[in-house]
Amino acid sequence: MLAFKLAIKNLIGAGLRTWLNVFVLSLALVMIVFQSGIIHGWDVQARIDTTEWAIGGGEYWHDNYDPYDPLTLDDGHGLLPPELSGLYNDGQAAPVLVTQASVYPEGRMRNIILKGIDPDQKIIKLPSSQMAGDTSVINALIGTRMANATKLNKDDLVAVRWRDENGTFDATEIRIAGIFRTNVPEIDNNQIWIPLDRLRKITGLEDNATYVILKQGITSIPTVPGWIFKDRDSLLSDIESIIKAKSIGGIVMYIILLSLALLAVFDTQVLSIFRREKEIGTYIALGMTRWQVVRLFTVEGAMHSVLSIFAAAIWGTPLLFLVAKYGFAMPKATEGYGLTIAEKIFPVYALGTIIVMTLIILITTTIVSFIPSRKIAGMNPTEALRGKVQ
Amino acid sequence: MPVHKSIQMKNTEIISVNSLTKRFPMGLGEFTALNGIDLTITKGEFSGVVGPSGSGKTTLLNIIGLLDNPTDGDAVILGSSSRALSVREAAILRRKHLGFIFQTYNLLPVYTVFENAEFPLLLLKMTAGERKRAVLDALEWVGLSDKVGSKPAQLSGGECQRVAIARAMVKRPEIVLADEPTANLDAENSHHILRTMLKLNEDLKTTFLFATHDDKVISYLKRKITLIDGKVSRDETIIR
Repeated sequence: MLAFKLAIKNLIGAGLRTWLNVFVLSLALVMIVFQSGIIHGWDVQARIDTTEWAIGGGEYWHDNYDPYDPLTLDDGHGLLPPELSGLYNDGQAAPVLVTQASVYPEGRMRNIILKGIDPDQKIIKLPSSQMAGDTSVINALIGTRMANATKLNKDDLVAVRWRDENGTFDATEIRIAGIFRTNVPEIDNNQIWIPLDRLRKITGLEDNATYVILKQGITSIPTVPGWIFKDRDSLLSDIESIIKAKSIGGIVMYIILLSLALLAVFDTQVLSIFRREKEIGTYIALGMTRWQVVRLFTVEGAMHSVLSIFAAAIWGTPLLFLVAKYGFAMPKATEGYGLTIAEKIFPVYALGTIIVMTLIILITTTIVSFIPSRKIAGMNPTEALRGKVQ
Repeated sequence: MPVHKSIQMKNTEIISVNSLTKRFPMGLGEFTALNGIDLTITKGEFSGVVGPSGSGKTTLLNIIGLLDNPTDGDAVILGSSSRALSVREAAILRRKHLGFIFQTYNLLPVYTVFENAEFPLLLLKMTAGERKRAVLDALEWVGLSDKVGSKPAQLSGGECQRVAIARAMVKRPEIVLADEPTANLDAENSHHILRTMLKLNEDLKTTFLFATHDDKVISYLKRKITLIDGKVSRDETIIR
C-alpha cells in the first residue's frame, strides 16, 4: 500500500514525463481496441451481409458443382429433386441455375457467369423482382461492380452468348433492368442474373438447378441424393479464413504498438534509476529495504498502465463510441478486393478483448518496469547517496 | 532485534566501534579509509568526528549508520553488531532508531515539506493522525510551520536543511548522524541549524554524531573526535 501511495506521488510529481508515457500507453490501448473492433465489426457485418444476400440458411449443391472450377458448370446441374421442389414451392428455397456465357458490352467480349433465379424469390436480398415485367426481352440484373467493369447502365441492351445443353452456341440481347448495390462481391463480380425460367429455356435445362438457397431459420434439412447440403458455417468459412488472417495481421500491429509504448516506459524507468540514484540512496538511508525500493520503482512504472487505462477510458471511450455509432468509412478501392466489406464498417468492441488487452498492458508494463528496477537491489547505498552512477 | 544478535553494552553506550578497519579497492591495490578505530558514544552526546577531507569521517558515519560494512572489526549500534545484521535487519534498525542529515539535504523533490518530514513515519506505519501530530511538532521545532505546503525547490538552503533535520527528528530516533550538515549554508543559517540541533539534543536527549571540518560546527560540539588518515588522533571532551 505504501508503495502505491508513494508511486502515485512520485508519478504526479514527475509531471510531463509521466503524462507522455500515459498518453502513449493509452493511445496503444485505444488503437488496439479500435482495430480489433473494426475487424470484429467487419466479421459480423460480412457474415450478416453474406447470409442475407447470398447464402440464406444454407445451400444444396449439385454433386458436380464446384464454384471455384468453371469447367464443372457443364455438368454441375440436375433436375430439381422433389424434396427441394417442395421447399421451393413452399417459398422456403430459391433454386439457382448457373452457366458460363459471354457478354459484349461496347463491342468487347467478356466471359461471365450467367445465373438464373426466380424473380419472385424472397429468400435472399437480391432485388430479383426488378427482372419481372416486360417479357419481350430478357430482363437482367447486375451489381455495381459488374456495371463499373462493363460500363453498362440501366436499360442498356447488351448481347449475350451461351451454349445450350447440347453445346450449341446461341445468343440474344438482354436488357439491364436493374443495378443493385451490395457489399457481397460473390453475387456481383462478373455475374449477370436473369429470370430462372428464361435461363432454363435458353439452355434447354428445364427444371434444372445448380444450387438451391434455403430460407434462413429452416431447421429440417432433408438428405437429398445427388445433392450436398452446405450449412451456413461451411459457406462462411472463406470469410472466416480471411478474418483470421486479418486478425493475425492485427496481432502483429498490436505487438508493434504495444512494444513502442512499453519501450517508452522502459526508457523512463532506466532514466529514472539513473537520475534518481541520490533519491534511492535516501530511501535506503531512511530505512527502506532495497527490495522495497525495487517494489516502489516497479509499482511506479506499472502505475503508468493504470493511469493509461483511466486516460484511455476518458478520451478513448467517447471516440470509440462515436466511431461505433457513425461507422468507419472504408476506402472506395476495397470494393475491388473481392471480399465482403461494407462501405462503412461499424466496429464491434468485445468486452473480452478489452479486458485481455488491459491485463496484457498491466502485466507487460509491470515486467518492463521491474527489469531495470532490479538494478537497485545491487546498488551500494553510500555511492547512491552521493548520486554516483553505478 | 533477534536476541542472538544483541550484544551487551554498558548502560549508556549506544555506539561502540571496535578495531574498525575499512579498505576500498583502488586500482590494483587498496586504500585504507579507516584503520583500527576504537570509539564509544554514550546516549545524549553531541559529538563530532572532525578532520580534513579524506580522513575517513564519512566512511565512519556510513558504517555507524549501517549503510556500509567494515572490512575488519565491528560497530555495535544500539546493541546490534553491524557484522551480524542482514541487509534487511539493518534497514529496519535505521528505520526505527537512526536519523540522517546530509550535506546536500537529500529531500525528495516532488514531496512537500510536510510529506518529506512525514516519510519516515510512513515507513513506521503510523496512523495519519499520529503522523500529522508528529510532523507538525517536528516542523515547529525547526521553525517551518508556515512552509508545510512548499516544495524543496521553493525553499532556501537553510530551510531545506531544517526540513532535513525535521525529517531526521520526527520519529524521535536514538541517534542522528549528520554528515557535513552546514557545508552548503551561510554562517547565519549554519548557526541557526546548529542551535536547533543543540536544543533538540538537550530537550529530547537525542544523540548527535557529526562528521565535519567546519569550525562553526566544531564550536558547538561537546566532544571532538579528530580523525587523521583513518585513525583517531585525538578525542577530547569540551566543557562549555
